[in-house]
Amino acid sequence: MTTTQDPYAGSRETTEGRVYTVTGGDWDATLGADPHENERLVVNMGPQHPSTHGVLRLVLDLEGETVTKARVVIGYLHTGIEKNTEYRNWVQGTTFVTRMDYLAPLYNEAGYCMAVEKLLGIEVPQRAQTIRVLVMEINRIASHLVGLATGGMELGALTAMTNGFREREMCLDLLEEITGLRMNHAYIRPGGLAQDLPEGAVEHIREFLEVMPKRVADFHRMLTGQPIWQRRLKDVGYLDVTGCLALGVTGPILRSAGLPWDMRKVEPYLGYETYDFEVPTADTCDAWGRYLVRMAEVNESLKLIGQALDRLEPGPVMVEDRKIAWPAQLALGPDGMGNSHEHVAHIMGQSMEALIHHFKLVTEGFRVPAGQVYVPIESPRGELGYHVVSDGSTRPWRVHVRDPSFVNLQATAAMSEGGMIADVIAAIASIDPVMGGVDR
Amino acid sequence: MSNDGGSDVVPGREEAGYDDATAAGGGFRKGAFGVSGSGDTSGFGGLVRVEPGGAVALHSTERPYGGWFDEVTDALIEAVGQATYDAAVQRVLVDRGEITYFVGREHLLPLVQALRDDEALRFELLSSVSGVDYLDSGGPAVTPGRPRLHVVYHLTSMTYRRRIRLEVAVTAEDPHVPSVTGTYPTADWHEREAFDMFGIVFDGHPGLTRILMPDDWDGHPQRKDYPLGGIPVEYHDATIPPPDTRRAYR
Repeated sequence: MTTTQDPYAGSRETTEGRVYTVTGGDWDATLGADPHENERLVVNMGPQHPSTHGVLRLVLDLEGETVTKARVVIGYLHTGIEKNTEYRNWVQGTTFVTRMDYLAPLYNEAGYCMAVEKLLGIEVPQRAQTIRVLVMEINRIASHLVGLATGGMELGALTAMTNGFREREMCLDLLEEITGLRMNHAYIRPGGLAQDLPEGAVEHIREFLEVMPKRVADFHRMLTGQPIWQRRLKDVGYLDVTGCLALGVTGPILRSAGLPWDMRKVEPYLGYETYDFEVPTADTCDAWGRYLVRMAEVNESLKLIGQALDRLEPGPVMVEDRKIAWPAQLALGPDGMGNSHEHVAHIMGQSMEALIHHFKLVTEGFRVPAGQVYVPIESPRGELGYHVVSDGSTRPWRVHVRDPSFVNLQATAAMSEGGMIADVIAAIASIDPVMGGVDR
Repeated sequence: MSNDGGSDVVPGREEAGYDDATAAGGGFRKGAFGVSGSGDTSGFGGLVRVEPGGAVALHSTERPYGGWFDEVTDALIEAVGQATYDAAVQRVLVDRGEITYFVGREHLLPLVQALRDDEALRFELLSSVSGVDYLDSGGPAVTPGRPRLHVVYHLTSMTYRRRIRLEVAVTAEDPHVPSVTGTYPTADWHEREAFDMFGIVFDGHPGLTRILMPDDWDGHPQRKDYPLGGIPVEYHDATIPPPDTRRAYR
C-alpha cells in the first residue's frame, strides 16, 4: 500500500497511531486583506415583494443599513397598450387606456377622450362635462385612499390598509352604480359618456358625501397624531421644488414641496375654473407632507363632488353630431347592459339608414382629421399627458402617454440614497406609483 | 383607383394640407377588409383609405402666429440669435392652439438650454418626450433615407403657463439625436423609452439601455414596421394571426 500525502491534512506517526493535522482557514494569507474597505452589499428587492408598491424591482447598494445607491428596474408589467391602440378604432382606445393607471382609470379615459375631442374640434355637452368632473373626483378619493392603504401596509400600519380599502369600497360602489364596473370603466367616450347617471345615483353620492368627511376625520385621529406614523414619514424621501422640476415630478409630491401647481387651477379644463376649491400644499418636502396633501385633497374632492351635483342640469351626455356620437346609449335590459330597446327597435324595424349608420360607426368608426395634440390633466399622481397623433384615419396613428407614475418614479434615487433601507419603502410609498401606468 | 374618389372619404385632407403629389406614390388602400385577392365579396370593396402617414401634414404656418406664440418666438430669436434660429428651426406649425417647432438635431441642445434658462422663456419643465414613427407618407414600402422617426418634446413654462412642442426628425439609418438629459434630467427615462420602442439613439445619455422591454429583446416594438403580436398561439391546431393581418374593417 502506498501512502499519499494529503495536502490539506498532514499526518505524522505517534505512539497513539497516526495523527492528522487539518489545515485550512488561512484565507487572509491566501487572499490578502479585504479589498473592499466597507461592507458593500447589493440587495435585490422585487419585482415580487409586498412592499415595493407593485411589480417594481429595486437594486440597492447597502453599507450596513445605509443605502448608497438605489437603482429602479421597471418593465415587468409592460403590456404594449400604446401599440395596441394603433390597431383599434378611436372609440375602442378608451378600453385600452383605462387599463394603464388602474387606480385612476377615469383619468386615463378623460385625458384620452379630451385629446380625441381636441383633434376633432368638438365640445362635449355641459352635463357630460359635469359628470366627468363628478366621477373623476370620486376616483381621486378612491386612488388617494389606496395610496394611503398600501403605503400604510408597507410601513406596518395594517389598520390604515383595512380602513383605507373599506372606504375605497364606498367609492367603487358608487362608480359601479354609475358606470357598471368597479374598475376599467370605459365610461368616458370620445364625444361624451357611455350613459347618463342611473336613477338613484345622485342620492347615493349625497349619502357618501355625508359619511366620508367622518371617515377622513377618523384617519386623522388614527394616523396624523400618532408618533410612530410621524417618525416613519417626517424627513423621509426629501425632494424640494428644484429637485422636482429637474426630475419632472408633479402632483402631490410637487405640492408637498410648496408649489401649488395643479392643472385644474393653472390650465383649467372641463370648467374647473368655475368650481370653488383649494390646492392644498405643504412645505416639508417629505413623505409626511405628501400624506397631509393627499388627505387634504380628499376633502377638496368632496367639495367638488358636492358642487358638481348641485349644478347637474338635465341634458344630453353625448355630442349631437351623429357622425361621431355613439349610436345608442347603454341601457339595462332584461338580459343585462346593452343598447337601449328603443334604439334596437328603431334600427331593426323602422330605419334601414339608421341600421347602416350604426353598423358603419360601430365596425369602422369615425375618422379624425390629421394632426397632433398634447392634452395634460391632473390625475391623482400628477400631470397625465396624452400625446395623440392622427393621420386622418379611423385609428390613432400614435398614442403616447406621459404617465405621472413613470416620471415620478425617477425620483426614487434622489429620495432614498443616503438614507436607511427602511426609509426606501416610505419614500416609494409616498411617490405612490402605479406600475400599470409606469409600464403601460 | 382614381384620386377623386378618395377625397370624399377623407375628411381633414384639406385641413392637413395634403397634396395629391404624395398620393401619387400610392397613399391609398382599397377595400373594407384587410384581405386582398381572396375573393372576399362581403362588401365595401369600394371603400378607400389613406395609407398610414399619408395625410400627415407637412406644411408650415406663416407669421404672425397669434397670441403668445409670437412673443415666445421673438424671445427665442433674441436668446439664440436670428442666424442660429433660422438654421435651427426648419418650420413652425400652429395647429389646434398648439405650436410646434421643427428643429434640426444639431441645434437642439443650445435651443433647449435657451428655452429653459432665458428670462422671457422659462420652460422649466420637460413634460414629455415621445417617439413617433411616421414610416413613409408615400406608401407601405419604406423609403430609405426618409426622416421617419420623430422625437417630440413637450415643454412647459410654469412661470408663464405656456406649452410648446419641439420636434426632431431623423432617419432609421442614422437615428442619432443629442440627449437633453444635461438640461432636463427628467428626460432620462423618457429617452430610454424612445430608444427601447423606436431605436432612436440619444447621444450623451448617461445609460441608454432598454427600459420596458427585456434587455435581450430584438427590434423596437413601436416602429410601424414591427408587427403587433403574431407570435403563434395554438388553439386546437389553429394559429392566431397578428391583429393587423386579421380580417377587419379598416
